[in-house]
Order: sequence, then C-alpha cells, then structure tokens
Amino acid sequence: MAAEPLPAGDPAEPLISARGLVKTFGDFTAVDAIDVDVRPGEAFGFLGPNGAGKSSTMKMIGCVSPPSAGSLRIMGLDPATHGPAIRARLGVVPQRDTLDEELTVEENIWVYGRYFGLSRSEVRRRAAELLEFAQLAERSRSVVEPLSGGMKRRLTIARALVNQPRILLLDEPTTGLDPQARHVLWDRLFRLKREGVTLVLTTHYMDEAEQLCDRLVVMDHGRIVAEGSPRSLIEEHSTREVLELRFDSDDHREHLAAVDGVADRVEVLPDRLLLYTADGESAQAELGRRGVEPLSSLVRRSTLEDVFLHLTGRTLVD
Amino acid sequence: MATDVGTRTAGTSRAAPARGGGWRSVTEHWLTQYRRVWVGSAISSFLTPLLYLAGMGYGLGALVDGASGGIDGVPYVLFVAPGVLAATAMQVAAGETTFSVIGAIKWQRFYEGMLATPLGVRDVVRGHMAYVLVRLVVACGIFLAVAALLGLVRSPWGLLALPVAVLGGMAFAACCYAYSAGLSNDQGVTLLFRFVVMPMQLFAGTFFPIEQLPGWLQPVAWVTPLWHAVDACRDLVLGTVTPGPLLGHLAYLGVWLVVGLLLSERVLRRRMVI
Ligand SMILES: Nc1ncnc2c1ncn2[C@@H]1O[C@H](COP(=O)(O)OP(=O)(O)OP(=O)(O)O)[C@@H](O)[C@H]1O
Ligand SMILES: [Mg+2]
Repeated sequence: MAAEPLPAGDPAEPLISARGLVKTFGDFTAVDAIDVDVRPGEAFGFLGPNGAGKSSTMKMIGCVSPPSAGSLRIMGLDPATHGPAIRARLGVVPQRDTLDEELTVEENIWVYGRYFGLSRSEVRRRAAELLEFAQLAERSRSVVEPLSGGMKRRLTIARALVNQPRILLLDEPTTGLDPQARHVLWDRLFRLKREGVTLVLTTHYMDEAEQLCDRLVVMDHGRIVAEGSPRSLIEEHSTREVLELRFDSDDHREHLAAVDGVADRVEVLPDRLLLYTADGESAQAELGRRGVEPLSSLVRRSTLEDVFLHLTGRTLVD
Repeated sequence: MATDVGTRTAGTSRAAPARGGGWRSVTEHWLTQYRRVWVGSAISSFLTPLLYLAGMGYGLGALVDGASGGIDGVPYVLFVAPGVLAATAMQVAAGETTFSVIGAIKWQRFYEGMLATPLGVRDVVRGHMAYVLVRLVVACGIFLAVAALLGLVRSPWGLLALPVAVLGGMAFAACCYAYSAGLSNDQGVTLLFRFVVMPMQLFAGTFFPIEQLPGWLQPVAWVTPLWHAVDACRDLVLGTVTPGPLLGHLAYLGVWLVVGLLLSERVLRRRMVI
C-alpha cells in the first residue's frame, strides 16, 4: 500500500471524525451510532461506566477493530483502506498492558520501535529519551515483570510515543494505580499535550476527566448521552453545589419528605441523599430550621459524577 | 527540563515509515526474547542428540544389531540418527508454536501490541515463523554436526538432511501455529503433545521402519509430515537417496507448509481482528 501524504493538519479539520459509528458483537451492540469529532491538539475524553463501549470505540479509532457501520476518518483517512498508514501515526495505550514482561524496560521500547520500521540507532536514541521522560531511566535494564503497576503503565505510555505519534490513544491510563502514581501520569500527559500531541482517553474517573480533558463525551450503553467541556457539562446538567446527607437508616428514601423543597433536585443513593442547589449552605440552614438531623451533612461543588448520575440515574463507579 | 520527546517534530522526515518494520521486526522481537535463554537452549540442543544417540543408538542398537544385524543391514545407530534429527525438528516446531502463540494472543498479549502498529496479521504470522526457522536451523544444525562427529553421516548428501529436516519442522510448525491460534486455553496444547506429537514421534518411522506397524496403521504414518521428513533424511544421510521419493517428500511437506501458513493467517485474523 502506497503511503499517501497525510493531511497537513488544518486546525479546523477534525483529526478524528466519526459519524453513526457502530460496533456490534453478534446481536449485541457495544457502540450504538456515535458521532465524535476530535480536533488537533485537544485532549478528548470518553467517560463512562464499565461496558459503556469506550474500549470498543478506542479499538475502532486505533484501526484494529473494523467498524460494523457508520463512517470513521482519522487524519482524513479511512481505516478500512489506510489502516497501516494511520497506525503509523498513532500511539496506543491499551486498557491492559501488552508489554513483553520477560524483556527489559528498554528492550520493550526497542522492539516496539522496530515494528514502526525505525532504525536500530534511532530506536535506541528515542528509548533513552522516552525512559527519561517516563522517569524510568534508572530501571531501563530491569526486566519488566517485577515492576510496579504504575511503572508498567508509564512504560506502556513511553513505548506508545516511540513513533512520535500525532494522536495518543489512552484506554483507562490510570485505572488501578494509587493516587500518587496517577498524578505522575497526569503530569506526563499534560506535557505531551503542551507539545501538541492530541490526546484521546477513556476513563471512569470523573476527576481524571475533569483534570485532563478539554472536551469529553459521556457514554452509557454504547450511546453518547452528553458532550462538552467538563465545566459546561456541569453547568448544563447539574447545579453549582451539592449537599450530601447521610442518615442512620437502611433506606434513604424514608427521608425524602423531610428535605422536600429544599433543593432543585434530589438524588437517592443507597447510603446518602444528594441535594442539588446553587447554594448548599442555605439549604443546610433550612434543614436546621426544619429540625432535620442527618448523621453527616457536607456541601461540595458539583462534579462530572453528578452529571452522570443525573443523565443515567446511576453512579459511575460503584 | 529537556524532556521534549520529539513529538513536536512529528510530520517531518523523521516520522516512522508508514509501512512499518514488517515481519522482520516481529522476528526480531522473538529473537530478543530468545537471547535471554539461548545458552540453555543451545546446550540442550547439543546434549539431547547425544543422549538419544547414546541411549537409543548404541544401547538399544547393540541389542538390535546383535539380534538381527541391524535394520536392512544398517547398524541401528545409523538408522536411528536421521530419524531423531527429523523428530527433533518436530519437537522444536511444536515447542515454538504452541504456548508462545497462546501467550502472545491472550496471556501477555503482545500480538495486540504488534497489531496496534503498522504491522498486520500476515507480518505477525510470518515473523513468528521466520523465528521458528532460525530455531530449527540452529537445533538441526547442531544435531547434524554432532551426528557427523560421531561418524553417523555416511554420505555427503547428508548435508542436505539439514534443509530437509528444517522443512519438515516448518511444515509441522505452520500447522501447530494454526491450531494454537484458535485455542482458548492451554489444554489444547497438552492434547496436541499427548495425542499428536508423542505418537507421531513413536510411530512415524523414527525408531523403527513403519513396515513393522500393523497394515492399517501404515497409511496413518504416511500422512504425518514426520514420516516424510524421516524417510528423506534417512536416505540422504545413508546415501541411499533417489530423486523420485525425495521430491515427493519435499512436495508433500511443502503443501503442509503453505496450507499451514494460510490457515494460521486466517485463524489469527479471525481471532485478533474483531
Ligand atoms: N470481543 C467481544 N465480544 C463480545 N462482546 C464484547 C467484545 N468486546 C466487548 N464486548 C462487549 O461490549 C460491551 C462494551 O465493551 P467495552 O470493552 O467497549 O466497554 P468499556 O466501556 O471499555 O468498559 P470497561 O470500563 O469495563 O473497560 C461490553 O458489554 C462487552 O462485554
Ligand atoms: Mg474498556
């Protein structure tokens, strides 16, 4: 297949464009006609619970899983006819690491770089740089298997950058990592973004989405239920503040009547009530006047979690 | 901090070629992995034929030769050496195309990593098979050298036993690969070794002529790639080779190889591209 010159990257042109994109497995529809546009240089997120269809979408964008229907263009090219050419310009961090754990850290980058047809010397040069970037330079000669989850994840990201990709696809980059390891990773991703790499990531952590994404779509059951910047989504689908109330009871629905009219909207969770209101403290005061005495009462800002709860009636991480 | 990883230059001439590294880069991966174990592997490639030839050839051979003056007038150790050569090739072939294939698909899953790059399923299969080829050449080469040092290669034609044994190994490897690529767990591998590899080693002419088998079993031996490899290697090593049968054996093994490769690609594609 002749390597066609890739489009130069007109900032107005979306780098990734999907229309009515569908993925089915037998009778089951994992991705149900989604429309997505990712612009050059942005960090774009797919936020959704388990089974929402995030990975299925990422695999189609990564040109490893053929779409069942709809159209998909990546850097202006069709994955069906230009898969290898597109993949040459993508960096892929799959949901589960695919490192060769018997090899050393640096060997993993070397062999991976060779897949892209880079020369041995080039691969070695880049590996040294990337391991520095991923803070793995001291471990470059260690075998991968005993490394911590955070280190393996950073290695997977470093490896995905060996071909200097235009688009980096990250499927749940920080799932399973401790908070400190997550922050290190986020920091690396910010740097990449500043260098102009377009980031496409999936997550079911709303804080991750809020931290990293310029724009995101909320997915549920293979559909996109909302789209926008984290801030605009919160403004559009939630109130500014949330009052969380915990009561000493098994069924928090019992307390619905007591809080009636205090907030714009109330959500009942198994262990608490969420009262949506622009002013949490006034609501708290009003409950005090009514003599409602929860075990605990906490005012916080709305998050994407609240957006998701509002849109789907379910919590994101259970 | 100078950690610009160079992504800014993406789009310049230093960007990776769109075709990628092709099957060679896959072979390189497997060889990189092999480098970690090659010393042990080389030693065992050297010792195994020695042990076989000592035990089977000289030990059992003394009995056979004493009782019947060898097989068709050939001392038993001479008879068995080319058989074990071909059987070793099968062993290496099965060893390199079963657990490692399942592992690359579903345990370590680095096939998924490969296919996320410009590489395609065909590169993955061919690259793996090229690695098996290297392994076979080394293992069979060492075996044949040991046999030659022991004076068990009677004819200069015996040199050709190397490519023939390797071809036999490749033919079997291609089919094992196709089989493994469809497996969902390693039980299938156990079955393969127990009910295909083992019986084939025993009954495809390695240790005794298949004419000793009950009549109905002989056609089964003819079907196995091992019998063809054994028969051809034996004729070459003993210098009793004739073009007709040799070409027949080669053609048969070639068919196994081609069909195996095509099947492997098909099965792996169905498995990985979903
Ligand atoms: N190869 C497959 N065959 C059959 N069903 C599949 C396959 N891959 C995914 N699915 C199903 O499609 C749905 C979406 O899966 P997907 O992996 O895309 O979800 P996800 O949003 O990535 O979830 P998670 O957060 O758990 O990773 C799930 O119900 C899953 O069981
Ligand atoms: Mg997933």
